[in-house]
Amino acid sequence: MNVQLGIQRFNPENDAKPYWQSFLITQVDPAERVLDLLKYVKAHVDGTLTFRHSCAHGVCGSDAMRINNLNRLACKTLVQALARPNTERVPIRVQPLLGLPVVKDLVVDMDPFYEHYRSIIPFLVNEQEAPGRERLQSPEERAIIDDGTKCILCACCTTSCPSFWANGRYVGPAAIVQAHRFIFDSRDTGAAERLAVLDRKTGVWRCRTVFNCTEACPRDIDVTRLIGEVKLAIAQGPRRAGRVR
Amino acid sequence: MQTHVFDAVIVGAGGGGLMAALHASRAVSTAVISKLHPLRSHTGAAQGGVGAALGNLEEDRWEWHAYDTVKGSDFLADQDSVDILCRGAVEAVIELEHMGLPFDRTPDGRIAQRPFGGHTNNETHQPVRRACHAADRTGHMILQTLYQQCLKNRVTFFDEFQILDLVTVDREVRGVVAVEIVTGEVHVFHSKATLLATGGYGRVWQITSNAAALTGDGNAIVLRNGFPLQDMEFYQFHPTGIYGMGILITEGVRGEGGVLINGLGERFMPRYAPTIKDLASRDVVSRAIYLEIQAGRGIEGKDYVYLDVTPDTVNRYFKLDGKRNPDGTWRRITGADIESKLPDIADFTRTYLGVDPVRQPMPVQPTAHYAMGGIPTNVDGQVTVDEYATPVPGLYAVGECACVSVHGANRLGTNSLNDLLVFGRRAGAHMAIFCREASLQLLPADPAARVKARMDQLRSGKGTVRPAALREHLQRVMMQHVGVFRVEAGMQQAVREIHALRSQVDDIRLDDRGHRFNTDLLEAFQTQNLLDLAEVIAAGALARHESRGAHAREDFPNRDDRNWLVHTLAFRRPDGGTELRYKPVVIARYQPRERLY
Repeated sequence: MNVQLGIQRFNPENDAKPYWQSFLITQVDPAERVLDLLKYVKAHVDGTLTFRHSCAHGVCGSDAMRINNLNRLACKTLVQALARPNTERVPIRVQPLLGLPVVKDLVVDMDPFYEHYRSIIPFLVNEQEAPGRERLQSPEERAIIDDGTKCILCACCTTSCPSFWANGRYVGPAAIVQAHRFIFDSRDTGAAERLAVLDRKTGVWRCRTVFNCTEACPRDIDVTRLIGEVKLAIAQGPRRAGRVR
Repeated sequence: MQTHVFDAVIVGAGGGGLMAALHASRAVSTAVISKLHPLRSHTGAAQGGVGAALGNLEEDRWEWHAYDTVKGSDFLADQDSVDILCRGAVEAVIELEHMGLPFDRTPDGRIAQRPFGGHTNNETHQPVRRACHAADRTGHMILQTLYQQCLKNRVTFFDEFQILDLVTVDREVRGVVAVEIVTGEVHVFHSKATLLATGGYGRVWQITSNAAALTGDGNAIVLRNGFPLQDMEFYQFHPTGIYGMGILITEGVRGEGGVLINGLGERFMPRYAPTIKDLASRDVVSRAIYLEIQAGRGIEGKDYVYLDVTPDTVNRYFKLDGKRNPDGTWRRITGADIESKLPDIADFTRTYLGVDPVRQPMPVQPTAHYAMGGIPTNVDGQVTVDEYATPVPGLYAVGECACVSVHGANRLGTNSLNDLLVFGRRAGAHMAIFCREASLQLLPADPAARVKARMDQLRSGKGTVRPAALREHLQRVMMQHVGVFRVEAGMQQAVREIHALRSQVDDIRLDDRGHRFNTDLLEAFQTQNLLDLAEVIAAGALARHESRGAHAREDFPNRDDRNWLVHTLAFRRPDGGTELRYKPVVIARYQPRERLY
């Protein structure tokens, strides 16, 4: 299999603006990851190509990027998934995530994204004295927060959201998913504070249920539903919303 | 050049670094510098569980955990450290639960536990449920929870800063030099105490479960500064990596009942470990897989076997093994159990192999996974420098980069996570006390001069060698000659090739000569670290004339306690060679005896 790999390049040290560069890569195994192709180019063709990556199997969240116009992890996207029948060369176009400043090539400045994460009080709040052993939590209570705890903060969701593109002050889906994980945790007492943050103009009401986030999530989190549950919790209180499902 | 002053500086933001930061920052000013954003650290890839004798599902005792750990280590672990680990693990898991870690739960609301390799009830010798888990993303949840707590406690982070060197004066450590990756600017971190938590170095090998970041930077820097590394020849190959890719398939799969199957369709582990079979310790299982493949019993004669967790297979063997639940009913699993207890594994095999683990077996092969050896420390995380365990004031190490030693010659599954929690906490607390008593020593004039010269040399090199070519060559050599099985001639070959590769470092030519986010430069630096570590790994392995734990020599197939019940200390000689010295093992309750599973 052959791949025509287009990469959006930009190094502010040398370039006035971004440009596209194309590499023809031959004898590609269909089961290779897009990350493998990027690493091949960097190792053997052009060492200046710059991208983040680490675990290479979809758990560290470093290599989120836009691949053929969808946000994905380069290490969880196989070439075969992008192939179309009867094409001689599989066209793959890779560019940095939208909505965040580009640092160099495929590397974006994630600070605004992490800032939103920090704004939702992303830690367990419980000032009661802890018991000598674990706090008890039923499997049913634990199940309510399961989906949100899978989040790796890769930013695929937030940077696929038109509301975030329109206004970067919107906390975005990832921060809401992380908030959901605490708001509905039976051990947590900080829901009211978090819901107040998310009830602001920059909070959940900017979500227009476009579902881009759910489609982009490489962890298969039902992001739009979790955002809906937070909206419901603001409207009705967290206890009632927690029982909805 | 910017200079920052903190009481304590921690390098690395995985579980060990964050746990130490959390405890140090309660008393003294603390900074964490990390080449990755903390949430990208490789602790997050740990899957199956953290070992702690909570006894939530059946009787268990920390002393059993301690004996299992010593036996798993092939009696090379220091038994005083192991006691601290296994007693401390119970407390550490409860501490994490209080911090909000979403462990899976038993029906009565307590932390759920599953069996794991080498963990047993010491009276019945049967597997015991000791691994506390959050689905198969336990490490991810530990990393997130610790990072959350560090945010809550306002720890100062320097994200995407690559450590380049220690600042030392007369073998006293006064801080570190690091480069801010985004700008290329060199920073000096001036501190009373410095802790290294830089993780492992699986990237020495070709097939590995380790992330690209795991290049042993802290270990190589320590070595180049004249300090020793301990037991570097002991490197664990995890039995079940995804074939060809090395991606980890947790031992939790076998904990849930999965079995290994060879090309004849035979479950082969009972021949190697008649009592606990597929849940024998990792070195034993990896060797068994290699031997099956060598005997032509790989799948279709190739170099892999199957890991089968399909309910039909698992339930059949549960019956054959007489596995019952506490209420007397047969133990059984369903497809839904696999989806809920091993969701990430199911996702990995579907994504990368097109294999549905509920219906099909997974092709696996051993994968370079974990360093038992590392920077020698005492039980408070203080780095020690000789056979008498003399500590260096102000220098600490924890986690995979360190060697306490609780893992000896082979680590048990689930013992990496409790290691970084228990010793991360102890090191953080010890640093806090140290920093309150110590005063800040002066920096030398231009502490970054040596590093800057080295970086400029790499950046402007006019040679012909691409760093990736060196790295890939090294990885092939180490996989072939310093892997699961080792033999004199092969290792000598490896030593010669490593030497030749090291001599090419000065001939490196980079494409990227800029300052901004120059990963070409960082990869060249990291490749040099891998080469430096490979040299001491091969030297230690060549010298050790016995087989113990993960160090299996075809030419010396037996353990030799009379001559080799010792820790290796490897020093870099000023002329570039390796000097080996040996340090006694701490033996307490458990006398070495034959290791059978």
